[in-house]
Amino acid sequence: MSTQVPEQVEDESSAESVSPGKQKRDAKKRERAERLQEQREAEAAEKARTADDTYHLKVFRYDPEVEGKQEPRFDDFYVPYKQGMTVLDALMWARDHYDSSLTFRHSCRQAICGSDALFVNGSQRLGCKTQLSDLSEPVRVEPLPHADVVKDLVVDMEHFYDQMEAVEPYFQTNSLPDEDEEQRQTRENREKVKMSTRCIWCSACMSSCNIAAGDNEYLGPAAINKAYRFAMDEREGEEMKQRRLEILEQEHGVWRCQTQFSCTEVCPKDIPLTEHIQELKREAIKNNLKFW
Amino acid sequence: MSQSYNRGLIEDFGRWREFSAGMWAWIFHKFTGWVLVGYLFTHIAVLSTALTSEAAYTTTIQALESLLVVRILEVGLLAVAVFHILNGLRLLFVDLGVGLEAQDKSFYASLILTGVIVVASVPTFLAGVSI
Repeated sequence: MSTQVPEQVEDESSAESVSPGKQKRDAKKRERAERLQEQREAEAAEKARTADDTYHLKVFRYDPEVEGKQEPRFDDFYVPYKQGMTVLDALMWARDHYDSSLTFRHSCRQAICGSDALFVNGSQRLGCKTQLSDLSEPVRVEPLPHADVVKDLVVDMEHFYDQMEAVEPYFQTNSLPDEDEEQRQTRENREKVKMSTRCIWCSACMSSCNIAAGDNEYLGPAAINKAYRFAMDEREGEEMKQRRLEILEQEHGVWRCQTQFSCTEVCPKDIPLTEHIQELKREAIKNNLKFW
Repeated sequence: MSQSYNRGLIEDFGRWREFSAGMWAWIFHKFTGWVLVGYLFTHIAVLSTALTSEAAYTTTIQALESLLVVRILEVGLLAVAVFHILNGLRLLFVDLGVGLEAQDKSFYASLILTGVIVVASVPTFLAGVSI
């Protein structure tokens, strides 16, 4: 699906070096064309509304900078259904054909960039990975809960990124291999961290987490999962693992998790987040428990 | 979390129809926990009557047991306690990292088992104790 509507090509090159009479005529022509276009769009919208194979979307609208949109509301969009259409496709169609000011993030459209996590029919999902045919109508599309809305479906991700950065989400080690040697990981160890490497930073888990909603300092499932990915990586060495556990053991670290399984439920990459958090809790206990 | 505007309950309990098993388990566990804490106080109050005399304790218990409301409440107390125990066991397994894929099923199992035990206890409780 294209982001550009092909019929809306406008000819603006003829504005210069023409007689005022022609300009006037052109202006009139353009006006007529615009009116026709509007009429055609209205007809298309009417047809879409009454047709059988359309999907009814209720989309959250809010914009603090536009007077008419300061009060949040839901707009209805009727989108003609094509086989394999996702929520993101439908939003793009609505934006291209009804309201070009409809704002949402998207980039790769294949569940890798993590830009289009939305609150669809009461649960956090990736717009590009959610088939319309799996949803009941009307499809309610809202921005992620528990986050500041910037405009329409766009939320402020700054807090989420801060939490991610807090766990130092990058490989670090003190035990480097010899020169001309690769830093190898055993197959078993790779298998252990496999699922945790799949995170795409979409913030769906963070948004679904009840605890993160109430406790702004809580690292959140995504950040803890990121920490798990490196803490469990044997190449980092004991010293680094100690350092990572010290971050996680803090008051707003792993111990905030109350195993509601909301994050695991919504994760679009099927990462067993709760399992990872629980494992880090056990690691933290083993780390501090001493018998003597 | 701060909000650019108030979305109200829509973000939290207004969505109760869409809660998943794990969320319900958490809510029920909290609720039953608080009920049990509340019960603990009445429990101590009733037991404390034994400090005055044996007879005082016996009359208190008999008076309470003669009330139908109390007997119905006891059924409720059993339900709350049984669910809290069973879900507590479930949480133990979750903490051990055992069977996390089946956490929703174990929640349903603890609900059903609670129901069965409570229903089975109803005749005993409603009949009351004959001393």
